[in-house]
Amino acid sequence: MELRSNEFKARAAANLGDAKLQKGLGLIKVKAVVNRANAVAEFGDFEALREAGKEIRNRALADLDLYLERFEREATARGAVVHWAENASDACRIIVDIARENGVKKVAKSKSMVSEEVGLNEALIEAGIEPVETDLGEYILQINDAEPPSHIVMPVIHKTVEDVADLFHEKHGTPRKTDPAALTREAREILRPQFLSAEMGISGANFIVAETGSTLIVTNEGNGRLCTTLPRLHVAITGIEKVVPTLEDASVLLRLLPRSATGQAITNYVSLHTGPKRLEESDGPQQFHIVLVDNGRSKLLAGEMREMLRCIRCGACMNHCPVYQAVGGHAYGWVYPGPMGNILTPSYVGLENAVALPNAATMCNQCGVVCPVKIPLPDLMRTLREEQMARGLKPWAERMGLALWGWAAQQPALYALGTRIAARVMKWMGGSEKLIHRLPFVSGWTDGRDFPAPAGKTFRELYQRSKR
Amino acid sequence: MRVALFVTCLADLMRPGVAFAAIRLLEHGGCTVEVPESQTCCGQPAYNSGDRATAIALARKTLEEFEGFDYVVAPSGSCGGMIRAHYPELFRDDPATLKRIEALAGRTRELTDFLVSVLKLDSVPGNYTGTVTYHDSCSGLRELGVKAQPRALLAKLPGVTLTEMNEAETCCGFGGTFSLKFGEVSTQLADNKCGNACATGADAIVGGDLGCLLNIEGRLRRRGDLKTKVLHIAELLAGRGE
Ligand code: SF4
Repeated sequence: MELRSNEFKARAAANLGDAKLQKGLGLIKVKAVVNRANAVAEFGDFEALREAGKEIRNRALADLDLYLERFEREATARGAVVHWAENASDACRIIVDIARENGVKKVAKSKSMVSEEVGLNEALIEAGIEPVETDLGEYILQINDAEPPSHIVMPVIHKTVEDVADLFHEKHGTPRKTDPAALTREAREILRPQFLSAEMGISGANFIVAETGSTLIVTNEGNGRLCTTLPRLHVAITGIEKVVPTLEDASVLLRLLPRSATGQAITNYVSLHTGPKRLEESDGPQQFHIVLVDNGRSKLLAGEMREMLRCIRCGACMNHCPVYQAVGGHAYGWVYPGPMGNILTPSYVGLENAVALPNAATMCNQCGVVCPVKIPLPDLMRTLREEQMARGLKPWAERMGLALWGWAAQQPALYALGTRIAARVMKWMGGSEKLIHRLPFVSGWTDGRDFPAPAGKTFRELYQRSKR
Repeated sequence: MRVALFVTCLADLMRPGVAFAAIRLLEHGGCTVEVPESQTCCGQPAYNSGDRATAIALARKTLEEFEGFDYVVAPSGSCGGMIRAHYPELFRDDPATLKRIEALAGRTRELTDFLVSVLKLDSVPGNYTGTVTYHDSCSGLRELGVKAQPRALLAKLPGVTLTEMNEAETCCGFGGTFSLKFGEVSTQLADNKCGNACATGADAIVGGDLGCLLNIEGRLRRRGDLKTKVLHIAELLAGRGE
């Protein structure tokens, strides 16, 4: 996926004026936010569950190497093949090789953010293999000239039904229809033969379970089941951090994930894949490959962003983020939007390639209080800001402004004088309306807001006078 | 009880009445209020901008000025949250200072929280009449658990009717320097807040943090609303908001 994170500011501003996008985004508040709140209220002690989720993820990360080795052993013993991909190109090469060796021409894909992260579709196409996205949202994006997703759980949240109606009419050559059920039926009819003709199915994995060597996916559409059972080969691609020690652990996280993501107590499908089809079984793939991708994760494990690896990709942080709600996922310019993306994107693609992202948050901590594994997202963003400061990645004006202000704030007498002057100047600027319409250097504020003028004297002055 | 008032840099410069109102409320509750003269800013703008060194320097300065009081009270969840929830983290590698900072943090309270939880005020001096709606500021709400306290205090004013807005807990878009760096987004969030607040029909929007209030008022006026008042809760409770 093309990296455009350094364009955040301009794209965010443009998206604010996009009425159609805003309509789509509005649905997040009414759907995801309200549904989650209801699910949490119904559950009872959700806080205890979050704490348990955090503990499980921390335990897995503390001995990540051991759990991954265990996973490989168990998966191999059950007939799966485990591949290790150090980076994106390794991951693509491994999967393209498997496809080539087995004469694969067509791949049916269920939703996988890691496949977006490594650019798998592009690599498959380049190798002459046709990937077909079978998740409805991802399918819509794929036929719309491989448009990138704007949300990790609801990839087409930026599109309205009208958009999809136009797109299907154009691409499928069918009469235009706007009934969501009819549109879904149309996509389903087109996708069914694809499942049957694909030689390989590719899925992600929400978790991988060390004790049984299984991969686990949750879906609502059932396409994941078809992708992982109908084709001859099944390839699961996921990040190395997704390992959990036991099935018991996975079941705790399963209570957290759908509730946090969509407010569901459980998704329509929960599939556990353990080895390929056995002799006595009637269906399932003949080969099962599991591609475990590092792509920067082990570097995170050793650093200050370690807590981010607990992430179970529920999307709650973006659903609840006022900035995401206003600007949408595309503004973030890479695979992972919202608060989690503000941390993951600079961590994976380099801080200098996503300068705005760690700053693109008001630090309201709405994300931190909903995150099912209690990742302190604002704290991590702040740490990245510190790194930006240390590496000189902040704009000169910001650094100078801060330095000057910081120095003055440590000189009380000078500070008192400066604020006395400022209070008077601003009072004068506010005039009889007591409102400042334009302020030099802070047009970011005054372009869209007035600045209420101060009374003209500082508290410090007035207080000293009152005491005399 | 000796209480030090943390004035906050915004009240000092923009709305001295808020600090005077806070003093009045604290004295009403029987406190002896002192205002350390050399105080400036808690350092949060530096902290959230990644300038840790300046944040530490200002935290040290605050520590020197405010150590030794029974309580430190700030008419702001943001500055209160900085001292109470974030100062200790700044000194994680400096055990000697950390002990002192933790003691300071433990004695620091946001104004409404202090009035309700510590002073247990049963009356307030204000006499405001009208319909108000309350904006929950992020730091106060999510770092300090300030939610019921301001409402309990408003309930002590017989003339006040509180009408809750939709999304009262959603950020107003201020976010300190965020409001300058991402002006368009910040303005949009302020606009959402104004829309929700005005939909209640309240004649005043009330909150506990001047940063948010200046942001909300700034947007409200630009939208052409010159009528709806935007007040700090201290002004309203102390009787200086009219
Ligand atoms: S950071 Fe937390 S809230 Fe955001 S996607 Fe990951 S697990 Fe969900």
